[in-house]
Amino acid sequence: MAGSQLLSLEGVSKEFPGVKALDNVRFDLNAGEVHAIVGENGAGKSTLMKILSGIYKKDTGVITYQGDHVNVSSPHEAQSLGISIIHQELNLMPHLTVAENIFIGREPRRKSRIFLNNSKLVKDAQALLDELNIVLDPKELVGEMTIARQQMVEIAKAVSYRGEVIIMDEPTSSLTPSETEALFKIINSLKANGKGIIYISHRLEELDVISDRITVIRDGQYVKTMKTKETSIPEVISLMVGRKVDQDQRPDKRALSKDVVLKAENISTKKLLKDVSFELRKGEILGFAGLMGAGRTELARALIGADPKTSGKVWLKGQEISIKNPHDAVQAGIGYLSEDRKRYGLLLIQDITFNVIMASIPKYVNKFGIFKKGPAAGIARDSIAKLRIRTPSEKQFVKNLSGGNQQKVVIAKWLARDCEILIFDEPTRGIDVGAKDEIYKLLTQLANEGKSIIMISSELPEVLRMSDRIAVMCEGRLTGIIENKDADQNLIMQYATKFRD
Amino acid sequence: MSTTVKATTSEEVSGNKFMALIRREIGQVFAIAGLVIIFAFFSFMKPVFYSWANVSNGILMSTTVTGLLAVGITFVIITGGIDLSIGTGTTLCAILVAHYVVGWHLPLWSGFVIGMSFGALIGALNGAMIAFLKLPPFIATLATMKAAQGLALIISHLTPIRFDTVKGWESIAQGNLIGSIPNGVLILFGAAIVAWFILNRTVIGRYTFAIGSNGEATKLSGVKVERWLILIYALCGLFVGLAAVVLTARLGAAEPDLGLGYELEAIAAVIIGGTSLLGGKGTISGTIIGALIMAVLTNGLRILQVQQEWQYVVVGIVIVIAVFGDNVRRRRAGEIS
Repeated sequence: MAGSQLLSLEGVSKEFPGVKALDNVRFDLNAGEVHAIVGENGAGKSTLMKILSGIYKKDTGVITYQGDHVNVSSPHEAQSLGISIIHQELNLMPHLTVAENIFIGREPRRKSRIFLNNSKLVKDAQALLDELNIVLDPKELVGEMTIARQQMVEIAKAVSYRGEVIIMDEPTSSLTPSETEALFKIINSLKANGKGIIYISHRLEELDVISDRITVIRDGQYVKTMKTKETSIPEVISLMVGRKVDQDQRPDKRALSKDVVLKAENISTKKLLKDVSFELRKGEILGFAGLMGAGRTELARALIGADPKTSGKVWLKGQEISIKNPHDAVQAGIGYLSEDRKRYGLLLIQDITFNVIMASIPKYVNKFGIFKKGPAAGIARDSIAKLRIRTPSEKQFVKNLSGGNQQKVVIAKWLARDCEILIFDEPTRGIDVGAKDEIYKLLTQLANEGKSIIMISSELPEVLRMSDRIAVMCEGRLTGIIENKDADQNLIMQYATKFRD
Repeated sequence: MSTTVKATTSEEVSGNKFMALIRREIGQVFAIAGLVIIFAFFSFMKPVFYSWANVSNGILMSTTVTGLLAVGITFVIITGGIDLSIGTGTTLCAILVAHYVVGWHLPLWSGFVIGMSFGALIGALNGAMIAFLKLPPFIATLATMKAAQGLALIISHLTPIRFDTVKGWESIAQGNLIGSIPNGVLILFGAAIVAWFILNRTVIGRYTFAIGSNGEATKLSGVKVERWLILIYALCGLFVGLAAVVLTARLGAAEPDLGLGYELEAIAAVIIGGTSLLGGKGTISGTIIGALIMAVLTNGLRILQVQQEWQYVVVGIVIVIAVFGDNVRRRRAGEIS
């Protein structure tokens, strides 16, 4: 029955040692509805969803599901109740096939109960995929598929539980616009079938399209629930951060130097890049926009020598240089800040000092190879002050910092190495709306001090707000470079979808 | 506007099914080719090498114990774990089998039951320490390895136990039920076929791959990963118990100080056979091929009268070549970067 209440949470609290993650939160979901939950990172969305899906246990509060009080004590119990979740990090088994992934834990068996019925498994998976209008081969290995198609497998898996409630945690974070559109069609058909969907997303523009109601939580506390039709993105953002944020900002006019710091010509790689050429000027922020898979990260990796080039030349301040590996790039003063900071940028269980000097350790050891503690702590403290890193001291472990402050530590590392050129790959991925602002200010400050910045970003408002010029890529080619004053979202999307055929 | 998500599969392009199979199993094709080349080399150097007497007793028979251990530990390695206790576990099972069968005058078949039961028990203990105490597999099974070594010495009072009083015990390994193939070899290949079925056709096999591929995701999918881990380590233990029976039948006795080091030979065979130590990927046929490569090498070098010390060096080099070759191939194929 569409419209009846499916699920409600009252007074849910959860405390971790030292942190009150959720404080008296309430939430409800009707059948045939998409109810979005928004909030900054650390606001408690994921904790709430983990309680609903049986991964965490709540300390207090009541969960009512289809009229009954329930105690969701394990993922297994959540599934048997009919609550399934699509996790933010893809939770698939890459070595198994699509069909095996979808029905993991519930594979059809033969009469003996020990042997698997593989032909039924494939048939069931095919039927489910057909029903959802997803074109995938059930026998394909998941590890060999693109992220977007893996996401479709996750969705099929969640639907296969035939539950009444489906939780989607950032389902579109790795999808292109057309894939997102396909996902929305699936969501709408689930809705039409009376399912309730809890939808978590950082992409607020999406909520207008897909959600019926929006609940905002902040610092573990319930703030407000609104009908989507009766609110606006600026209102949602101000409720999330507790103040107003301008979504449509552009950079202040800056006098740009004519000096070309870095010039790349005809960069190609075996797999993707084809003849990419561009110039980066001193003190400039050059944005790189494009769809997923357009080759922006690949370009950065080819530039710093992390992946081999098949052709192409690079000039640094007019002098041709050869960069064969990341070491050469660092020697040339080029620092690359990966989008996956935790994996490629930081030593999480080391302190700030160690992380800051990591790329310039020879400067901080004496001739016997012993660390000079004073100078190392000194540069760390300087970085904390200059970049406004929020931490009790330079001895704090990096894993205890928030995403925004972790990003600042990575920046500090490359500044300590005297890098003149910084390549940022998705500098604000996984960073709160509030902290984003600070990263933006920092980038502008660095550019004003004469650093040259390449900024790869998938968020168009971010590209428009930060870049002096915007380079757009599609299918491994550079399809256009636009001055900021000429650019808008439509124009960028036109260049980003300049497919060859 | 179409509501479907566009996706093409690699299968559609490749067409020819046989070629697709070859391409998918190219790692094993190389392993078999390696085995054939090594075999041909030794046959060319010394024709006695390919005589049936040498092949059956020199090569196949010497593969039986490490082969069985390698088949068992393949399951554990596919989960991303390791079991260091299979070597001394074999010793302990052998001593226990001898202790009960010889001491209590039990019938021959009960040796299998006793060996495999204790093997499964040791495995289940490993699994429980890993699943519930959350010990890393390396640590948990290292502890079991030492404990099993000690218990074998204690129970046997440091002396070998002979099976002289048990009629026909040696025939378990050395008899010939079918033609002139030693029974020990029949047991190995029979066990390998059963293992293949378990790994590829049963629920426990599916979860073996799933846990190794992404254990957290498997758990979040509602699979009781802890329980399955215990079963998988116990399954490995069954093969350890069987290996112990075959070992005693080959020697006519249970030796309290024989077994340590077998675990590394078994792991080497699994690795040469293309199973990934990172988990998620592996085959029983690969493991058998790996075990055969090790046995052919050892036997061939011995026939060429290469010193034992140098045999070890050659095996070390072969492990590096096998794994490095596999890496190069997969990098070319774009599976890893």
